[in-house]
This record gives sequence, C-alpha cells and structure tokens, in this order.
Amino acid sequence: MQYTSPTKNGYFGRFGGKFVPEILIPALNELEAAYANVKNDPSFHEEFMFLLREYVGRPTPLTFAERLTEHFGKARIYLKREDLCHTGAHKINNTVGQVLLARRMGKKRIIAETGAGQHGVATATVCARFGMECVVYMGAEDTERQKLNVDRMRLLGAEVRPVTSGSQTLKDATNEAIRDWVTNVDDTFYIIGSVVGPHPYPMMVRDFHRIIGDETRSQLQKIEGKLPDYVVACVGGGSNAMGIFYPFIEDEHVKLIGVEAAGYGVESGKTAATFAKGTPGVLHGSLSFLLQTNQGQIALAHSVSAGLDYPGVGPEHAHLHDIKRVQYVPVTDEEALEGVRLTSSMEGIIPALETAHAMAFLNTLMPTTTAGEVVVVNCSGRGDKDMATISKFI
Amino acid sequence: MASDRITSVFQKAGQKPVMAMFITAGYPEPAVTPDIIAALESSGADIIELGMPFSDPLADGPTIQYSSEVAIEQGTDLDSIFEMVKQVRITSSIPIVLMGYINPILYYGVEKFFEKAASAGVDGFILPDVPVEEAGLVETYCDKHALALIYLVAPNTTDERMRLIDQKSHGFVYCVSVTGVTGARDGDQVAQSVSRFIDRVKANITKNPVLVGFGIKSHEDAKQISAGLRGFVVGSALIDTIRKNYPNSDWLDRTREFVEEIKYGK
Repeated sequence: MQYTSPTKNGYFGRFGGKFVPEILIPALNELEAAYANVKNDPSFHEEFMFLLREYVGRPTPLTFAERLTEHFGKARIYLKREDLCHTGAHKINNTVGQVLLARRMGKKRIIAETGAGQHGVATATVCARFGMECVVYMGAEDTERQKLNVDRMRLLGAEVRPVTSGSQTLKDATNEAIRDWVTNVDDTFYIIGSVVGPHPYPMMVRDFHRIIGDETRSQLQKIEGKLPDYVVACVGGGSNAMGIFYPFIEDEHVKLIGVEAAGYGVESGKTAATFAKGTPGVLHGSLSFLLQTNQGQIALAHSVSAGLDYPGVGPEHAHLHDIKRVQYVPVTDEEALEGVRLTSSMEGIIPALETAHAMAFLNTLMPTTTAGEVVVVNCSGRGDKDMATISKFI
Repeated sequence: MASDRITSVFQKAGQKPVMAMFITAGYPEPAVTPDIIAALESSGADIIELGMPFSDPLADGPTIQYSSEVAIEQGTDLDSIFEMVKQVRITSSIPIVLMGYINPILYYGVEKFFEKAASAGVDGFILPDVPVEEAGLVETYCDKHALALIYLVAPNTTDERMRLIDQKSHGFVYCVSVTGVTGARDGDQVAQSVSRFIDRVKANITKNPVLVGFGIKSHEDAKQISAGLRGFVVGSALIDTIRKNYPNSDWLDRTREFVEEIKYGK
C-alpha cells in the first residue's frame, strides 16, 4: 500500500481541508509555501536535527519493559521513551520545528493554545531559547488543575492568558488563539500543538513528530531484527500517535492501535472518545470526527487527562480510521489510573495520564499476543505534572 | 429567484447606502426574533443578516459569542430558524441572509438544509469558515435553489483573490473592515484600515456591490467607513443595544431608535 496523504489541498481522504475565515487564508498560504521550502532544505533539516539532539536529548531510548513483559508472559514489550525529552513529553519535537520555521518567516510573536500545559511549556521553552515573545492561551479551568505548568510557562517568560469563555478548557483556548491570530495575523506565528487545525498544520505537525517512529523503527531493527507487530499510542488530538504511526503506515503487517480517552465510559455522556461516539464535522479549521450534540453544536469532552480532554481528533486519524489502517479503542479514566499504577510499580516509570491510557490497553491487548511478537508503546510523557490528580487515587 | 430580492434592494437604493443589520437568531429569546426583524425593517434596515448560533464562533468577538450562547441555551436550532424566517415572510419581502458556521449545517445535512432554507424564504448565506477553497461542499445546492452565496474579503486579501471572490459571490461581497473578530471598535481606526485597501476593493470587485462590516457602531462610523462602497453591516453594536435594554418594556423601541440613528443620524 502506497500512502501519500494529504493531497495538495490538505485532504486525508474525505477529511482535513481549510475551514477558516478569509483573513487566515493568506497566512496559511504563506505558511504552506514556507514549509514546502524548508521541507527539502538540508540546512533546515540539519538545524532541526541538531536541536533535537543537543537540546531535546534525542534519540530517546527504546526501553525493554522486562517486568511488564514477564507479568503478561506473552509478547515482548518496549517503551519509546518520549517522557525523557526535554520538558517531559514529545510535544517539544514539534515546537522546535515550528519555531525554526517562524524564525525563517521573520515572525516575531508566537502564540499557542494548551490543555494540560505540556504544549504551552514546550512552546514557552523554545521561545525562551530563541528570545521570542510568547503568549499562551489556556482554559481557566486548566490553569487551576495544571498550576505547575502555568508557573513553568511564566518562569520561561511566556504570558499565560486564562480563557473564561465556553467550557474553559482546550477547545476554548484554541478558539481564543485563533481569534488572536485573526487579529494579529501580520506578525504572529501560531504554533498549533497537535495534528489538528487547517492545512498545512496536521501534515506539518506529523512531519515534525515522525522522528519518534523513525527512531523506533531503526532501534527495534537493531535489537530485534524486525519491525514491531503492534504499535500502541494514546490519541487526543493525536500528535504522538501520528508521530510513531506514520513511518509504519505502509507496513501493513504492523498493527497500529490508537487509544482514546473514554472518560467515565463511552456511553456515560462524560467521555472524550471521538471515534466511539463522534461523527464527522468541522472544528478549528478542519473536517474530522467530533463529539457533537444533536444540533451540531460542539459537545463538552471529559477525560481525567487534560491532554486528551478534547472533542475532536486530527483529520489524518479520521482517515486512518476510515481506511481501517489504525484501530481505535477506548480506555476509561479508571483504567488509565490503573495504567499509571502498573507502569510505575513494574517499570519505575511514572507515565503522564495521557500515556497511561496506552499503557492500560496492554491489559486487553497482551493476552491476545504470542511469545514471539513485539509490542511498542509510545511512552509520550512523564507523570510529574499529574501528581495532584494521581494523588487523589492512591 | 430568491436572491432577486437582494439584487432589487441595491437597484432601488440607487446612490443611497444599503444598511444590513445582523442579529443572532434566538437572541434574546427565540419568540421575539420575528419582532426584532420587523422592527429593524420598519426603522430602515434594507437587508437582514440572521445569525445561526454556533458553540464555537471563532471569527466572532465577545458580543456575538454571548448572544450565540444565549440563543443555543434557549433551544435555537436550524429548524426553529426556518420557522422564524417563514413567519417574517408572511408580511415582509426584506432580503434575509443566514450567517453562520458550517458544522451545524453539515450535521443537519447540507442538501436538506439548503432545500428547507429556500422553501422558508431565505435569500442567501454568509459562511465565515467556508472560504472559496471549500465551497464545493455547498455551492451546487445554492445554485440549485438560486440562493446567493456571499463571500468575504479582508484587508489582507490579494487582488487576484478578490477577483476570484467577486466571480464566486452572488448578491453582494462582504468586506471585512479590519483584521480581527467581530465587535464594535474605534471608528477612526476602522476607517483608516478601510482607506488602506478600499481602492483595491473597488478595482477588483466589479460584478457585485460591496458592503463593509466589523466595527461599525454609529451613523458617523457608517458614513465614514462605507464611503465609496455600496453600504454597510452593523451587528455587535445592535446586539449590545438589545442586551442593554432587554427585557425593559421599551427595549424594542430603543432598538428602533438605535437603528434609525445609524441610518439617518441624530
């Protein structure tokens, strides 16, 4: 199978596109042209890879999870250690790429949205590194449940603007960031934190994160002499999953599994399971799967994990779901918290609540595997930021 | 042809500016929307832009976010908006343009939406998150029912794109006065922004009349900002006026006064 998505109009199958106000069209066209320029520019690639190595700390290890493997007694389990990236999650791969692009485009002001605060911290970090003005929009509710990250962003020199409209979470922070961009379109670069938004963002963010899958592929070849049988990653907007899945899409025998947040359960009405409960629609500039009311209004999502607490998903995931290349499965809040406990006690790794959803799915997946097989889980972030939430359950 | 009502408004107006008034359907409550439209018409509005409320209106400022929330909370949906239009149509032939985001329309079903809108008596549509790139989703249905699809141009729209938008638009072209979201603003700043690109607008948009909107809140603003164009749109300032007076017993009179003042001055 040859995989070439997106089309030049930004479509992954029937999903994607550019559903934005006219004011943003010139900005997206400018971004698209600038990105096309750097994509095949060796000097950009060199600068990007240098920073990933010397600043982010790549390549990240592919750790054999010995005790977890023994515990399940089936396939061998490896963890791709994005939690060891500078700032504690995969998010910084993308912010490094986008800030380099912003510099080449001559933009002086950076804006971003954030849910859990990881993307906000990763953006504030690269802005500090390059001496750029940084404004981060964050739902007022999230600024309270992720206070540590608010303090980190402020220390890094970013201005954090709490968003009090709507549900006061990631969805509304994104609305507000887009409103800022519409207003300050001439000098401002919007660093989107996931594989969402209008074209070219879903493609560009995926490309900046594909390093996760590329490294996994060559590391596993060295250790096991083969490709994985399963790759598992959590999906909110879906950036860490796209990053690790993308280099394996054409290898059809590699089973790709995206784990979405079911919240209290997919039928509970308090969920973020976009594929289990969503339908196609337009949010934040692209056509994808969405949680919505029976009037076509955007529904409120719920997940214990702020990073997965989003009613949409990237359009490329919607396409991969359509063509059945990736299987999407739901994991509840409770199961995710059990995943935190399992990974912490067995491997000495405290995963982020987002990541814990992927870890928790091992309980379902592992009994169906065999001893010769290999499972890779993307350990997308570390759990320090979530200790306040986790503490309530231990 | 439904969009003929729009065309004839511009013909009848001659040299006088055409005034479009925006109100969110279902704000401040669904039952009064037809009354508001009648009041707007009787006090001088030439075209009604009726907002279809959406939970995440990312091109709108706080005023329209607020009116949209209120309208949704009270159960305003697309079917109820068609009912409001039908009610207005019993007595009025004022052009009605529905303005809103694409998602509720997709959810409702695009084909069914345009069919019902046409039969209710809607004349056209402004869909702020559907640029010409994505128009394939809706264009054929608008053509089928002779409904006007109205696109926007902004200060940063290139000449070439303005010509494309003019070609694609029917009824009129909506010129966004400033880069930003909807909402009342300092009139001088808006006028300055428009003065920087009005020559390009006039040179490139030749097929359709142009109405300018975003930031207009008074007669003076309207005169200054729309000079050289065919007219203007007022939205947030009207909703702010209703918000200030509703539900006092004279809120509808105050609304009429506001509209007359915009149209004729004090």
